[in-house]
Amino acid sequence: MRNCYLGVDIGSISTKGVIIDEENNIITSCYIWTEGNPVKAVRNLIRNIKEEIPEDCVIKGIGTTGSARKLIGLMLKANIVKNEITAHAVGTLTFYPNVRTILEIGGQDSKIILIRNGIITNYAMNTLCAAGTGSFLSSQAKRLGLDVNEFGKYALKSKNPVKIAARCTVFAESDLVHKAQVGYPKEDIVAGLCKSIVLNYLNNVGKGKKIEAPIIFQGGVSKNEGVVKYFKEVLNEDIIVDKNSHLMGAIGIAVLARKNKVGKTYSLELSNVKFDTKAMECTRCSNNCELLKIYRNNELVDSWGSKCGKY
Amino acid sequence: MNKLSYPLMGDYHIPAKFLLSHVLKIDIITPPPISNKTIELGTKYSPEFVCTPFKYTLGTMLESIEKGANCLVQMGGGCRYGYYGEVQAQILSDLGYNVTLINLVTKGKTDIKRIVKEFKKIDPKFSRLKALYYTFITLKMVKYMDHVDEYIRSNIGFEIEKGAFESLKFKMLRDFQKVKSYRELHRKYHFYLKEFKNIKVHKPDDCLKIGIIGELYTIMEPFSNYFLEKELAQNHIEIKRFTNVHYLLFEKSFKIRKYLKDTKKYIKYKMGADASDNIARTKYLCEHKYDGIIHIKSSFCTPEIGAMPIINKIANNYGVPVLFFSFDANTSETGIKTRLEAFYDMLEMRRGK
Repeated sequence: MRNCYLGVDIGSISTKGVIIDEENNIITSCYIWTEGNPVKAVRNLIRNIKEEIPEDCVIKGIGTTGSARKLIGLMLKANIVKNEITAHAVGTLTFYPNVRTILEIGGQDSKIILIRNGIITNYAMNTLCAAGTGSFLSSQAKRLGLDVNEFGKYALKSKNPVKIAARCTVFAESDLVHKAQVGYPKEDIVAGLCKSIVLNYLNNVGKGKKIEAPIIFQGGVSKNEGVVKYFKEVLNEDIIVDKNSHLMGAIGIAVLARKNKVGKTYSLELSNVKFDTKAMECTRCSNNCELLKIYRNNELVDSWGSKCGKY
Repeated sequence: MNKLSYPLMGDYHIPAKFLLSHVLKIDIITPPPISNKTIELGTKYSPEFVCTPFKYTLGTMLESIEKGANCLVQMGGGCRYGYYGEVQAQILSDLGYNVTLINLVTKGKTDIKRIVKEFKKIDPKFSRLKALYYTFITLKMVKYMDHVDEYIRSNIGFEIEKGAFESLKFKMLRDFQKVKSYRELHRKYHFYLKEFKNIKVHKPDDCLKIGIIGELYTIMEPFSNYFLEKELAQNHIEIKRFTNVHYLLFEKSFKIRKYLKDTKKYIKYKMGADASDNIARTKYLCEHKYDGIIHIKSSFCTPEIGAMPIINKIANNYGVPVLFFSFDANTSETGIKTRLEAFYDMLEMRRGK
């Protein structure tokens, strides 16, 4: 019998699941699109993982992170629910104990985590605009008729990236349309986009933060070679991209689940679990809170959104 | 018959109502508690890039007008808040309401003669002597409230019986409203202070300590900072906050010189509103081994924007993490929670080394 731990990272765009053993070795992993339905995505994810997991593995802990962490935490009865910043830092530190800076660009958010001597000392997250995130890249890839997976390779072809005003997603897009209409080659535009992501990230999230090597770049966008290239160019440092960089959050939360295990054994059987959410608006006072009630097997497990605490 | 109302900020509507109801023989209308409707109303009729306190106070004004008020009181501040009374009076008259707005602070000064004149207009029987006596009691009440609040803030995170502090505070404020003389207030205060100290707390010596600094309205009105202090207390954190009404009224003018001296290395002159105070407080918090600092402001608060890079620099020099929040009418609550949670995790990790 081997003790294993499941970490699930439910992001805005993709859902990641990872199973690790006691020595933090990855047994199996899975990466699928969330497609706006975290519950369904997690059901698919668990089904995929169950098929690949060896017979002798026993799940001793489950952790959830990402934007849907609370909901999925209830669904899977996770023993730990943690925010993505901590999860990413813990995941990276298990493989790179001497890392000093973590750059992370995901679908909806981007963050920077500064680490000194194995301890998070500072972090920042984008607050106002999504111009430096993956969703901007994927929407622009669609507009240019390219697959997101080829986007990075396409950018590497360019020798002369165009300058794109990347202060804001909407203005960047109109600048992009303009550059395409006046006849710039496609690869230059793609490269310009990748560069704009980098500049925007450093101006917005990385502002006032000391970026020191070793630097690790992760999150979905780290799979884009173009962005990695421009990070190297702008920071003038080597950027490490792990082969599991997109899974780091899930690995981190799995490690945390191992550290916080309660000695219970979990089952991955979800087909007989009915999981529903009901939304309603409370009209008892002028706050008009949006309430969300969560049912597991028709039994109310939690409700969120109330300001007064009556629910 | 005139009906008077005033904007809300934290629990300070209780001394405000106490004072006004004793001094003026007219109806005093307490606006409904701040809710989503308040900020929606305020945002609808405010200029787009004005800071959130303007929106909240305009919202409460509109709500109290709905309840029948036709006289409103507004305060000024040391930043562009100083002109908010005039702008709000203009907005209200543009909306077609016939209301008198009494601005307690104009041109950065409290002109008592003018205020007395204004009060005489709405209540001809207004007595100066009576006003003086009740103002004295009210100011004492504010002082006592702030003192109790300070004790609560450093202990509420460690209460054994959940909600004990909050319910006792509610009782205290209810009793404060009913007092008739200074002696009674003084007795009540000592009675409740003893009660507060009797509440059992389980406070470890090495608990996490966080200092909250920032723009005054956002810091003092819990609704506008999304109940940040409550959230921190739930994570068993001791909270230190400097800004309160007593500080603004009596201590600020004395302390500012000391603050400027302390932070000679970083700033040379006053930066408007609470900016230089916050810089000095950052230094204080860093020197007194606080684990972290949270800086909150409403969006577009210019003095605080000026203070932020300096705060960052001081904190970097001392190696203390700072979390910056900027609240607007439609800030996402989830984002705040995620950042706070990560901040709390980070402090725990730093402690654990």
